[in-house]
Amino acid sequence: MKLDPRVPAGPLAEKWDRCKMEMKLVNPANKRKYHVIVVGTGLAGGACAASLAELGYQVSTFCYQDSPRRAHSIAAQGGINAAKNYRNDGDSVERLFLDTIKGGDYRARESNVYRLAQNSVNIIDQCVAQGVPFAREYGGQLDNRSFGGAQVSRTFYCRGQTGQQLLLGAYSSLNRQIEQGNVKSHPRHEMMDLVVVDGKAKGIIVRDSVTGQIERHSADAVVLASGGYGTVYFLSTNAMGCNVSATFRAYKRGALFANPCYTQIHPTCIPVNGDYQSKLTLMSESLRNDGRIWVPQKPGDNRPPASIPESERDYYLERKYPSYGNLAPRDISSRAAKEACDQGKGVGQTGRGVYLDFADAIGRLGQKTIAERYGNLFDMYAHITGENPYQSPMRIYPAVHYVMGGLWVDYRLMSNIPGLFVLGEANFSDHGANRLGASALMQGLADGYFTAPYTITDYLAGVKPGSSDVKATEFAQAESDVSQRLKKLQDVKGKHSSQAFHRELGKLVWEYCGMARTKEGLTKALGLIPELRERFWKEVSVPGSGAGMNQGLENAARVADFLEFAEVMCTDAITREESCGAHFREEYQTEEGEAQRNDAEYSFVSAWEYAGEGKAPIWNKEPLNPEFVKPSVRSYK
Amino acid sequence: MKLHLKIWRQKGPTDQGQFENHTIDGIIPDMSFLEMMDVLNVKLASEGKQTIAFDHDCREGICGSCSMMINGRAHGPTRGTTCQTYMRNFRDGQTIVIEPWRAMAFPVMCDLVVDRSSFDRIQQAGGYVSVNVGGAPDGNSVPVSKVNADLAMDAAQCIGCGACVAACKNASAMLFVAAKVGHLGLLPQGEAEARDRVKKMVSRMDAEGFGNCTNHYECEAVCPKEISADFISKMNRDYLGATVFPKPM
Repeated sequence: MKLDPRVPAGPLAEKWDRCKMEMKLVNPANKRKYHVIVVGTGLAGGACAASLAELGYQVSTFCYQDSPRRAHSIAAQGGINAAKNYRNDGDSVERLFLDTIKGGDYRARESNVYRLAQNSVNIIDQCVAQGVPFAREYGGQLDNRSFGGAQVSRTFYCRGQTGQQLLLGAYSSLNRQIEQGNVKSHPRHEMMDLVVVDGKAKGIIVRDSVTGQIERHSADAVVLASGGYGTVYFLSTNAMGCNVSATFRAYKRGALFANPCYTQIHPTCIPVNGDYQSKLTLMSESLRNDGRIWVPQKPGDNRPPASIPESERDYYLERKYPSYGNLAPRDISSRAAKEACDQGKGVGQTGRGVYLDFADAIGRLGQKTIAERYGNLFDMYAHITGENPYQSPMRIYPAVHYVMGGLWVDYRLMSNIPGLFVLGEANFSDHGANRLGASALMQGLADGYFTAPYTITDYLAGVKPGSSDVKATEFAQAESDVSQRLKKLQDVKGKHSSQAFHRELGKLVWEYCGMARTKEGLTKALGLIPELRERFWKEVSVPGSGAGMNQGLENAARVADFLEFAEVMCTDAITREESCGAHFREEYQTEEGEAQRNDAEYSFVSAWEYAGEGKAPIWNKEPLNPEFVKPSVRSYK
Repeated sequence: MKLHLKIWRQKGPTDQGQFENHTIDGIIPDMSFLEMMDVLNVKLASEGKQTIAFDHDCREGICGSCSMMINGRAHGPTRGTTCQTYMRNFRDGQTIVIEPWRAMAFPVMCDLVVDRSSFDRIQQAGGYVSVNVGGAPDGNSVPVSKVNADLAMDAAQCIGCGACVAACKNASAMLFVAAKVGHLGLLPQGEAEARDRVKKMVSRMDAEGFGNCTNHYECEAVCPKEISADFISKMNRDYLGATVFPKPM
């Protein structure tokens, strides 16, 4: 398939302005004739739905949660980046662009990233106007903190709950539009399929999780803002309900899945404790502003941390990366933690953990200041582990957190299916092979408030409004496919819950497609996944009926999709024969153990195309052709 | 740990419902309350029995989905959400009674799941600053005193779980509404609509069937985000002001 990213010509700084001038508009009186479906109500979806409704379009939103406000954007802790340069420390749009390109290990599309950096500035203004209670200094001005992969302070925050406050801002705008009748909200509705008519996205099939009814919804355009697929690993920092189903169903209807092997492992999470665990909890990267990471120098040293003298500690990030120190990017910090634990220096009962120590900062700033900055995170840690982090260092270990991969989109955030737009974590667009901290919130809101409203308008201007009809045969076909799939799940009547299979799949992909990957391991995974899938379809137990609320059925349907998707992810990982960002292939590393890119052969986006049941997906490539930044060895030393 | 559970089961909104008894073994003290529920559900599924429905999502105390009355207390024996309640706070052999939130404005949908859309509707009535995307002034153009920004943040922490309503004998939503009104009212951006906002939100709250506040502070005692009942006093003052003086003096 020929992929056209539709990147506007001209200098980087002028591309978005030129694009806006080239795009068509819709007359205000005509806007209300168009109907747009938005799936997912997090930062990207919520912001997009509210913005489209403000413009005058009719919008329907869908989310599986009981309220749009509960989307998982809410859990983002640390902050949101913006090139405001309020600190006078040398920040600029250009620098945010460069940091993001370098952070992504030169595997992102330059034009998209530059637009993101440009829009970042407007996001903060918009959120302040909505009443988002950002942290302030005594003079009343906005406060900033630092995040990994940057040498400037450009991160805006609301204590440790930035995602929640930004989401409540978008949700409040959405509420205003619901009250005015411009948005129809459908909570507790899960998208089960995409409907494509004459090659264009024209609607979706959803399941009402209260009544169990399968419904058809038509529209002139469909927006997927359904988040990432990190829960393919079962244990992750994602919410339990996060799933790949919306994007994977679109993939099966022809949308391309890009770079699925780029999965981010966050360095600072509470370590795994036992087999019963359902979820891993993130300790925000912002903690690395004041916390120092270390392990004992001697392998197997199991003295309590306070009894290990300074001279016998290895502050390995400060040692290996003196200029970024504890604020080295996520992929690098995660791998360094793994390396220390692999050498037997890990701490805690399982030996898979490192210390994050605040003793210095508490000594320097006092406990009160530290509590003001990170109080809720310290409380959360104490709650979960039963230990007091003011007194002894936290124990942390990397965990799956975010995915850079997602549905392929062009510069205008439209997938290869006309009329299907993909925003936020659900698309692949802006973070390359590794995302920097505090950039996910930035991307979600930039897509939703400032990019999609323009590009969707341009698309709608070329479409006759109201031409989509739920009576079309494509809707009937998709609905019947969904009903049959759900019935098939219930008819297995096996002995094991879907969660048991999900755990097994999670362990498998963590082992072979986690922090470090090899050709051998991935080959093994590609053999084991189909076996597990086969077992699932013979042994899964989904009790209860399809009518009414049935959470077991919802979960089983999601796990079924993960069992197929995992194969695409491993296929992507095995075919990318280089290390870049979060994708670390052990065969490709420097003598010092750093990721070794292969720009000559792999400077492209892999976009996978569904080829039919039981067939290997087709490998499409979008060359990246960096024009403005010359890829170099990514050094944080 | 071995535990005896008495769990509310209800097939649908119109079903009468009843308690169901279960005994489970092998519970580890470090498990969260919801992980204990997972153990039970995995067991039920393997026996071909319908699993127990309960709302949950982020499992880190921020999304506000989880909502269980545990031994008569909203979110259980410790401060925090149900998902942040750990089994180390229970005794081996203990009987635990698990119920859904109980309030007229939160009808039970299935087992432990209740309908909290009344909270959404209260916010739709006026819980926003009426500003469209585009044309917002620079974020630093209006200074906000740190004291006010911090107070607004104290209120804005509300996760909308509904524990305040479940704990109140009047099923009042005053703490929830006061947190919303307080957050926006304390910031200059929200001031222009403050009078209108408090009247609209209170009136929608009444229409949804929530009770009034009689100052018992049960809401404050169970709020996982420790939102202060002082915000209720502030809202009452704002409401009185807005009713007596509909226009600014």
